[in-house]
Amino acid sequence: MTALCEIRQLAVTYRGETMPALKGIDLDILGGERLAIIGESGSGKSTFARALAGLLPDGAAVAGSLRWSTGQPRAGRDIGFVFQDPSASLNPVLTVGEQVAEGARRHLGLSRRQGEARALEMLERVHIPDPAKALHAFPHQLSGGQRQRVAIAAALAARPGLLIADEPTSALDMVVQAEIVTLLDELVREGGMTLVFVTHDIALASGFADRVAIFRDGMLVETGATGTVLAKPQAAYTAALIASHRDLATPPLIREAGR
Amino acid sequence: MTLLDVKNLDKRYASGGRVVTALDGVSLTLSAGETLGLAGASGSGKSTLARVLTRLVPADAGTVHFGGEDWLALSGGELRRRRAGMQMVFQDVLGAFNPRATVGSVIEDPLRIHDIVPKAERGREVAMLLDRVGLPAAYAARSIRDVSGGQRQRIAIARAIASRPALIVLDEAVSALDVSLREKVLELLVALQEERGIAYLFVSHDLAVLAAVSHRIAIMDAGRIVESGPAAEVIGNPKSPAARALVGAVPRLIGQEDRNAV
Repeated sequence: MTALCEIRQLAVTYRGETMPALKGIDLDILGGERLAIIGESGSGKSTFARALAGLLPDGAAVAGSLRWSTGQPRAGRDIGFVFQDPSASLNPVLTVGEQVAEGARRHLGLSRRQGEARALEMLERVHIPDPAKALHAFPHQLSGGQRQRVAIAAALAARPGLLIADEPTSALDMVVQAEIVTLLDELVREGGMTLVFVTHDIALASGFADRVAIFRDGMLVETGATGTVLAKPQAAYTAALIASHRDLATPPLIREAGR
Repeated sequence: MTLLDVKNLDKRYASGGRVVTALDGVSLTLSAGETLGLAGASGSGKSTLARVLTRLVPADAGTVHFGGEDWLALSGGELRRRRAGMQMVFQDVLGAFNPRATVGSVIEDPLRIHDIVPKAERGREVAMLLDRVGLPAAYAARSIRDVSGGQRQRIAIARAIASRPALIVLDEAVSALDVSLREKVLELLVALQEERGIAYLFVSHDLAVLAAVSHRIAIMDAGRIVESGPAAEVIGNPKSPAARALVGAVPRLIGQEDRNAV
């Protein structure tokens, strides 16, 4: 795989801050890969996602370079972005159909009718039940999981080559989280897209990412193939993250659980 | 000894012209010093149950006996006094605190309200509680806004144990924490239970968290408890579709399978 984007010495400092949120990041994003950006609060993982998408707020100072093999991408057209909280990213006064069609109409030059047809197709692809009816629904009439499906449909409507998902399941319960991750994986495979998936959950990432990049305190701690990093973490921090993972096979903390 | 005995709780909400059944004949018991993990997806009714038990919202029908008393019949000053015995910790602790409060005042409130220690000893008790949850006594003077999320959750726990409760209801109490902090808070909760014999009703959508701390687990779906039993049994052999979905949804570290094979 060739690099879709070569990132060199990327640093970001938000306006009014003295400490950079991100510093000295060297990372290649490979075309067609599924890359997980993993970190805890304050690691800079969301700043990285926004810098990549060109979605940093006004006044953020950016140093270093992003070299795209495809030429400068346009947010919405070449890069789809899915945010953590679909209630905040969807417009409450627009119907689901209007929002999903918006990107497709603007970037693909579709008519209103073609846009609606594209929205219907996208709602089917993200497995919204009764998509024809959902076109005319408003976001508040859907559950959190359905709203995130709509946000994904909107992000992908203009057929971007790169999808960036910033903690797309953190506001959802675990059952819905598993469904959304399966959906993203499926869509990215079908579309031959590149996925950058930002998460605090190394186990969630291990289920589908080809490569992981571990961030801490604004720096890139370690990167590598998912299996390699999990089996042989080079950084002590990565090892600690792995050790603090808890699943159903982890011994319980209480004594008398009998397991 | 049965500490909490809940029978046939019903709760309905009117929402946008529809009636949502949040609790539908919910019954459960909890012994002193025991942890019951209550798992369920969003909208299963688990948070409503936590809110009914802590008397934040009224039930439509059903009974709750807490420490042998008719808990739902208590009101006014009587209820305020008895709340010392049943405390709660939520996910969004900042929202639960007065933003102008200091850490010390947040912990001192229950000591004063429930007259736990004489006034002259409150400062020392606050320092002791801070120490118990792993924070320096000097934190008492800080604004509640100037501490990190993990520290704030420890402060919420210090406040909850201040009135020496028999039961703490924890509603997604560790869900917003980074994994490394989460593990430490879970360890603290288990240690406090062993020391003080506190019972926990631990509500979460994360079965891995409940597996760490629960003696028994109950699964909620559409306002009903659809399955319950010893934690190992519910996790090892889930029977209801809701339990199976929750078990299946816990992410596993792929490539790390042999880590826990001991």
